Amino acid sequence: MFQTPDFKNNSYENELPFATRVLCAIVIGALGFGLIAALILTENISSSLPALVQQKLTQSGVQNPVTAVLLNFRSYDTLLEIGVLLTVAVAMLPNANFNSDINPDMPGGNRSSGRLVSVVNSAAGNPPLEAFLRWLIPMIIVMAGYMLWTGTALPGGAFQSGALLAGAGVLAQLSGRIQFCFTSTTAKLLLTIGLITFVMVAIGVATTTGVVLQYPLELAAPLILLVESAATLSIAAILLLSYNTLATQVFESPSEHSTFEHSAFDKQPSDVTETSAPNETLQSQTAEDPKS
Amino acid sequence: MTQDSLYIIASVGLFGIGLYGVIAAPHILRKILAINIMSVGVFMLLVTSAKNVNSTPDPVLHAMVLTGIVVAIAGTALALFLAGKIHALSEASDEDSH
Repeated sequence: MFQTPDFKNNSYENELPFATRVLCAIVIGALGFGLIAALILTENISSSLPALVQQKLTQSGVQNPVTAVLLNFRSYDTLLEIGVLLTVAVAMLPNANFNSDINPDMPGGNRSSGRLVSVVNSAAGNPPLEAFLRWLIPMIIVMAGYMLWTGTALPGGAFQSGALLAGAGVLAQLSGRIQFCFTSTTAKLLLTIGLITFVMVAIGVATTTGVVLQYPLELAAPLILLVESAATLSIAAILLLSYNTLATQVFESPSEHSTFEHSAFDKQPSDVTETSAPNETLQSQTAEDPKS
Repeated sequence: MTQDSLYIIASVGLFGIGLYGVIAAPHILRKILAINIMSVGVFMLLVTSAKNVNSTPDPVLHAMVLTGIVVAIAGTALALFLAGKIHALSEASDEDSH
């Protein structure tokens, strides 16, 4: 059912036969119609959960029901989610130190050593963007703090705030003046602080209430804020690491032929048209055959 | 009712388009995009079912969508990263065979 991934040329040689694709479309279409019919025809199943959340909201330490669910009632989910994010970060980390040596002028290059944030003089700098960012980045940071704080009462919270911070990081890199090093100790601390804090809180509250992740009533609000603040930093760091790794991914082949020209996403346009055009005409012919 | 139906049709439609893409798209990047389209369909359905006429929307479903989005981003990042690795390896083997 799944073919081997094809990177060579964006060719159609790897495509499923026409008949198989039609069959897939028909089966998926039928399933879709069935599902739509089932969903529309069934009566609304009323769940007791929303009422329960409203009822227990005063005990959660926060006023926003979504935050209450995320960080109190179902904080297990959030704990595991931060674990998932960290796993992705760990998978990418060994590769995070590749590229300022190869192309120091490329904006967004990670440094292989040094401090978390370093200011560089780069030929790829973008002065207007840089000047604008001097105003924008502090505002984004303030906004992220506001999002984090407001999450207790209104929509907002750790993820939104972390995403904003990561966005600030991406902008800083695009200016060409800032480079990050994710193998530095500070970076490692930032990447893991969310999970570490969360686990420590989980175990800590277990000693008083006897249940893992069940916050004592009077401490719920500060503990949620603590966990959220730590999670924000980790989420921002992990998102930025993912962006950096993907944006500057250099595909090194063992034979040392690798250069920036070998990007996975740079297809040779001429190759594509040459290889795909005949196949395409062939396919359109076969497609028309049954009709004629 | 009609508005709900519209959202249901749209979300199932997105899921179907994504599913077809995962099976039939030849290129791995398209498969990754297709998986993302599928997840958007699922999130849309969850948000639609969180709607409650009598009271506030179901916060449990909203929290699930929020968690889902973050996990989907992490999954996509990992998938793209692995796609890059596959590309590097297949290119290397291609050079060896020459």
